[in-house]
Amino acid sequence: MSATVVHSLWTTTAADGITKIPAPNIEYAQLSPVLIVLGAAVLGILAEAFVPRRGRYHTQLFLSVVALAAGFAAVVGLAAGGYGTTKKHIAAMGAIAVDGPALFLQGTILLASIVAVFTFAERKLDPEAHGNRVDSFVAQAAAVPGSDTEKAAVKAGFTTTEVFPLALFAVAGMLVFPAANDLLTLFIALEVFSLPLYLLCALARRKRLMSQEAAVKYFLLGAFSSAFLLFGIALLYGYAGSVSYAQIAEVVNGTVQNVDPALAETMGNDALLLIGGAMVLMGLLFKVGAVPFHMWTPDVYQGAPTPVTGFMAAATKVAAFGALLRLLYVVLPGLRWDWRPVMWGVVIVTMLGGAIVAITQTDIKRLLAYSSIAHAGFILAGVIAGTSDGISSVLFYLAAYSFVTIGAFAVVTLVRDAGGEATHLSKWAGLGRRSPLVAAVFAVFLLAFAGIPLTSGFSGKFAVFKAAADGGAGVLVVIGVIASAIAAFFYIRVIVLMFFSEPKPEGPTVAVPSALTTTAIAVGIAVTLVLGVAPQYFLDLAGQAGGFVR
Amino acid sequence: MSFPLLTATAVLPAVGAIVTAAVPAARRTAAKWLALVFSLATLVLAALVVVRFEPGGDRYQLTESHAWIPDFGVRYELGVDGIGVALLALTALLIPFVILAGWHDADPLEEVNPNRRWRPTQGFFALILMVEAMVILSFEATDVFLFYILFEAMLIPMYFLIGGFGDRAAPAQFAATAAGGGDEAAATQRSYAAVKFLLYNLVGGLIMLAAVIGLYVVAGSFSLSEIAAARANGSLSIATDTERWLFLGFFFAFAVKAPLWPLHTWLPNAMGEATAPVAVLITAVVDKVGTFAMLRFCLQLFPEASKWATPVILVLALISIVYGALLAVGQRDMKRLIAYASISHFGFIIMGIFAMTSQGQSGATLYMVNHGISTAALMLVAGFLITRRGSRLIADYGGVQKVAPVLAGTFLIGGLATLSLPGLSPFVSEFLVLVGTFSRYPVIGIIATIGIVLAALYVLVLYQRTMTGPVKAEVRTMPDLRVRELVVVTPLIALLLFLGVYPKPLTEIVNPAVEHTLSDVQQTDPKPEVEAAP
Repeated sequence: MSATVVHSLWTTTAADGITKIPAPNIEYAQLSPVLIVLGAAVLGILAEAFVPRRGRYHTQLFLSVVALAAGFAAVVGLAAGGYGTTKKHIAAMGAIAVDGPALFLQGTILLASIVAVFTFAERKLDPEAHGNRVDSFVAQAAAVPGSDTEKAAVKAGFTTTEVFPLALFAVAGMLVFPAANDLLTLFIALEVFSLPLYLLCALARRKRLMSQEAAVKYFLLGAFSSAFLLFGIALLYGYAGSVSYAQIAEVVNGTVQNVDPALAETMGNDALLLIGGAMVLMGLLFKVGAVPFHMWTPDVYQGAPTPVTGFMAAATKVAAFGALLRLLYVVLPGLRWDWRPVMWGVVIVTMLGGAIVAITQTDIKRLLAYSSIAHAGFILAGVIAGTSDGISSVLFYLAAYSFVTIGAFAVVTLVRDAGGEATHLSKWAGLGRRSPLVAAVFAVFLLAFAGIPLTSGFSGKFAVFKAAADGGAGVLVVIGVIASAIAAFFYIRVIVLMFFSEPKPEGPTVAVPSALTTTAIAVGIAVTLVLGVAPQYFLDLAGQAGGFVR
Repeated sequence: MSFPLLTATAVLPAVGAIVTAAVPAARRTAAKWLALVFSLATLVLAALVVVRFEPGGDRYQLTESHAWIPDFGVRYELGVDGIGVALLALTALLIPFVILAGWHDADPLEEVNPNRRWRPTQGFFALILMVEAMVILSFEATDVFLFYILFEAMLIPMYFLIGGFGDRAAPAQFAATAAGGGDEAAATQRSYAAVKFLLYNLVGGLIMLAAVIGLYVVAGSFSLSEIAAARANGSLSIATDTERWLFLGFFFAFAVKAPLWPLHTWLPNAMGEATAPVAVLITAVVDKVGTFAMLRFCLQLFPEASKWATPVILVLALISIVYGALLAVGQRDMKRLIAYASISHFGFIIMGIFAMTSQGQSGATLYMVNHGISTAALMLVAGFLITRRGSRLIADYGGVQKVAPVLAGTFLIGGLATLSLPGLSPFVSEFLVLVGTFSRYPVIGIIATIGIVLAALYVLVLYQRTMTGPVKAEVRTMPDLRVRELVVVTPLIALLLFLGVYPKPLTEIVNPAVEHTLSDVQQTDPKPEVEAAP
């Protein structure tokens, strides 16, 4: 190829291209929740660089809360403008869907994140180190545990205020995840929220090695599942010639119009579709924590700093279920008869597996991890209902579950002994005698997890089971009920331990938290009770949000 | 809008529970009086319900209906029929006695408590009132979902009552057996009993939840009246198989609660370990929700399936009657003895319900009320006895009637009521149940009479061993009943006598409701073989 030809290629393309390439049409206003949070995250990074160390904590806290609140306000504004119902459409050149489920889930994630950020910022639980108030995060992440550098960092009163921008980045990714309308956006969103989470997991102040181990495990397995997801995306692209949800769905349904000749050969190859779809599902089920992709959950939940665990358990789950819903309802509804049997199997082993293994746990954080697996199973039962009732019941369950989870983990941060949080169950014996209020609050969360009526757990469980039964999955409901009964056993066991066992003399003390954690717990309790006693308004909201844009 | 009387009967004790729980730690006595006042006020409201209820009127009266969770098809619907009124009155009547009898049961052991927030006394009475509120509302609910919620939710306060409060002096009997000290052994047993109670009932409830969801999928509504109307005009027909599955789901939960053999094993543990007033709460009040729900929900929602299941249920009831009585005879622990006796009595109640005759069902309803009163009398006196001696074992007593004649006398009357002596109210109901069963299932009716014979055995042997004979050394200084205890026992005994001689006020309320239930299952009484002379 001669130089002139190359040049002409450049020049002609450039000459024509200016008129041919349309300017990307981005609806900034409709993407504002994501943009606000991302912008705040960038500002937070800048603040790390330029704000003096003593001012960073307050700057970051203020920035995070304001950004999340503003993001939530933007979501509410969009919903009020009808973008969830009548004006739902696909924005940003096909990359992002603005519809009911997306807005509902974004709202849930933002609210849950605000509460979670409160627990991040708690500085009254640990005793002061060298006159500095400390939070749950390491003084200097780069310092080797137990080294002199670490001691020096602690003595200097360093704090890892980077957690706030990291959390904001994660939230931004989570906001995009359930709204992603093509597979590449899905993958990018996944990485955007996963990478900060890997980091956050490694930042515990106490038990640092355990925390780092958790982070490595999470990272490795997460990377593994991302690879699956990416490979599945490639296969689906090969199948449909596009990564856009709508076009893949068209090919699946056989209604496709314009076939790219280059792809005509492989297009419509069902093997690609089935393998690709399965791999993408695997990637998402990993994030959801469904059996058999749950192995990371207990270790990561246990090792991560407890506020991060709460944040992860709540917000990640919401985002991942949102993405899963959209994939199954928008991309693969035509394949329902192929994925349903497999998903049935996953639901059954997830519900039973989570509940049964949880019985043998002796650590409260691991116990909650397995309980979250069982709950993933319950939510999945609603997911595979395949009806709009199914969507709204899942949305409702996620909203209910996330606040209970954050509240429960916030309570876990309060129970402490000399080694930090006393997470071993034996140490919780007699907590009800020592601090009746904290124990009662935790009991309410446990009862909500167990799905006892008049708590949000019951309303949620009833909603998903009803949807599942309506969708012809009566067997799943029966198995779900059995799993609930098994799960009830270990929640009750903790209550027994707290209220009916004699307190041990050297048992843990309950720290008196600042207003931040108190608020987080109070919000958790309030949501639990309101959604339990008068859930109608929120059911309505979730019901209105029950339609995906295609 | 008229005054929501039914809601008020449930809200009042609930408010009482909150107020009682909020009383500061140091003001224990105030909390007790508050709880008592609230329970008495509830009794007044319940009396108002009884007065306003017209026995010959509509099936459900004093109805209230509000939208609650339209998405689930759930309404807040209340209404009482004669059966509901009778049980509501029983509950409201017993709670003040339970509170009075348990006056000192929850006093903290050490007077000076370093932690001011730990308020067991306030908690004890608040939980009792909470249970009362939920039980009363469940007798009033005519929406299946509302009933289910209460049915499940009442387990939680009950659970804390059983597990959190044991017999004041009971640890004495463990001291000899347990190396690690009596207190700890008692606490372990108690929390075992509480967990067993909760798990049994929770599993029952969750299976019912599956059936509740199934019912909604099939019928599209939770309202008893709507479902009945839809069935009557033919717009709703449930396939036979579906109906049977749903029936089994509901019945399982109620059979655990009632409890019916072989799902009964939680009851002796729970009643044995709980304090006597809490044991009364379990057997006389909370368990009645199970038998009540069989009448109201099983028969009404699934008439065909109920008839289909009748033979099996009757046999299970029969086993309960005989097995419960046999085990009662063999008990060494008097609270467990009363528990097994209750299992036998619940067998009678369930037998009466499923005999599907008007005598059987009105007998069963009366039985629920009478069993509540008689067991309360017997159990509370037994509780007074146990508090005095610090042991539940029958063998630790002897000759009490010489030391404490009034206690022994009231114990005897409670016992005689339990064995259905004619002249005391349980006789009427037991007789009706047997007659009602005999008229349709003579063989079962005959076998069930074994239960009566055995009842005489376990009650009289219990009395003989504890009250008669030489006075044991530990019993010699036992004080007789105190004023508070007399105030508890006397009205109960008076009621037993009154209803035994003149049960008409009760039957008048109950009978029309039973007629309605029977017409739901399309059953009429079998014709007598010999026509009465004109």
